[in-house]
Amino acid sequence: MKKAKKANKKRVRLLDLAHARSGDKGDTANVGLIALKPEYYPLLVKHVTAARVGRHFKGIVRGPVERYELPNLSALNFLLHGALDGGGTMSLNTDAQGKVFSTALLRMEIEVSR
Amino acid sequence: MAARGRIRVAAAQGFWGDWLEAPLRQVTGGPIDYLMMDYLAEVTMSILQKQKSRDPTLGYATDFIPAMERILPLLAERGIKVTANAGGVNPRGCAQALAEATRKLGLGKKLRFGVVTGDDLLDRLDDLLGAGHALRNLDTGRPLSDVRDRVLAANAYLGAAPVVEALRRGADTVITGRVTDTALTLAPMIHAFNWSPEAWNLLAAGTVAGHTIECGAQCSGGNCLVDWRGIPDLANVGYPIAEASPDGTFEIIKHPGTGGRITVAGVTEQLVYEMGDPTQYITPDCIADFTTIRLRQVGKDRVGFSGVAGRPATDKLKVSIAYFYGFKAVGTLVYAWPEAYEKARAADRVLRERLRQLGLQFDAIHTEFLGVDATHGPLTRDAAHVPDIAEVQLRVGVRAPDRAPVERFTREIAPLILNGPPSVTGFAGGRPKPEEIVAYWPALIDARVVQPRVDLVEA
Repeated sequence: MKKAKKANKKRVRLLDLAHARSGDKGDTANVGLIALKPEYYPLLVKHVTAARVGRHFKGIVRGPVERYELPNLSALNFLLHGALDGGGTMSLNTDAQGKVFSTALLRMEIEVSR
Repeated sequence: MAARGRIRVAAAQGFWGDWLEAPLRQVTGGPIDYLMMDYLAEVTMSILQKQKSRDPTLGYATDFIPAMERILPLLAERGIKVTANAGGVNPRGCAQALAEATRKLGLGKKLRFGVVTGDDLLDRLDDLLGAGHALRNLDTGRPLSDVRDRVLAANAYLGAAPVVEALRRGADTVITGRVTDTALTLAPMIHAFNWSPEAWNLLAAGTVAGHTIECGAQCSGGNCLVDWRGIPDLANVGYPIAEASPDGTFEIIKHPGTGGRITVAGVTEQLVYEMGDPTQYITPDCIADFTTIRLRQVGKDRVGFSGVAGRPATDKLKVSIAYFYGFKAVGTLVYAWPEAYEKARAADRVLRERLRQLGLQFDAIHTEFLGVDATHGPLTRDAAHVPDIAEVQLRVGVRAPDRAPVERFTREIAPLILNGPPSVTGFAGGRPKPEEIVAYWPALIDARVVQPRVDLVEA
């Protein structure tokens, strides 16, 4: 059953649909996710929800995830609260400022129709 | 000058530590009207405050002076004006150092400097707290009184107004303390185009321009993910220039013949950088709505901005407060093939057991395996999928309010070379040093209690 249902779906990595940049504000990381083509933007809106991103970053993000839409830029902005071990100077992480949360998000796979 | 009626604001520093060659290249690479240099990050003010407490003549971004020495004759000759928040916690000291450099170059009579102060609230904190300004932490809601005795720096973010005033009074270079990054770009536009302080859409447009170029080359090909291999000649990357029109439209360009690339996609990466709610980009000057920005590739390495909408500024200013938290240290060792990851993990277990036996108290002990999980953590850590790579760097960090446990930790790394798992190297840097942690406390304050001050200094 499950296989049959999946036959008309395929898994796509966000890396193939979007690019991204991330940064910090205190203990919050932001990830801007930008569709590589405007026609990919609705897919991002549909599949890359705040809840989904929260699950993707499980074990990294301790607080809530917020999502904002920028249709004019074919972009979504995610705020990942409690993601930076206390923030820039407190953090013991190599990526203390969340600079590469961008590509971490691009590892996510979504299921889209063929 | 740029095309008729327009001005060119060129970004030359995106943070303290940015490329030393950028200011000279921005001045010599083609016509510009203003040079904008952003030196201050959240953490920078506390570092500067510390330097000032050791030497009262310091406390500003010292890189600014030699950078200016190289370009002062050209600035004077071409009438290029500079806006820079290099003043840090000592804008007057910065202006004095610059005046001295200017006199040495024989340009003393030709240049005047504007100095913007009033952002520094450190000496006023007790009065402000006493008057009922709790300066609650924007993230945690806690009042500043929690950490009052450990505060190292407290600066309100000023907006464009005092920078504009300095330009109006004839300053060739405006040196500020904690002025918003965006104000350094917006102020020249307000000054040149005589924008009203309530022209919210225009102020928002100038703010968006400021956000776009405030990180220097990060909008012109630097740190750009989209088609990164295809971005030409990053060795000679051109820093961005905002070519602005009186109607609030502007184009982001770079000097001809420079490397890098300016495209809609690349500029968009910078627009979303460090973004919160895109409909409310709050500055002392206005609230800019990033969902109204229209971008268009209007030429090679030329992206046009239009449609930016803004709303009235709030009656609050953001205050950036730094306080002493404690200490941290990070130690590293490198483990080689075969089973590099397993050896590094075994070493981490040994180290943690020894720290435990010593009874050391830490807030946090954090282990990363560079090559495996340092940047993407649990997304890549799954051991079953880690290949037998050539080497793994073990990186362990600790944090504590007290220095003693952190100091003791730093002595537990080297012994592992002889008494831990094998195939270990990479300790050439020596014993890690405990580092003071200066923590960040963001707050708001009523704008009316902060009075910016503008002074003009003759070189």
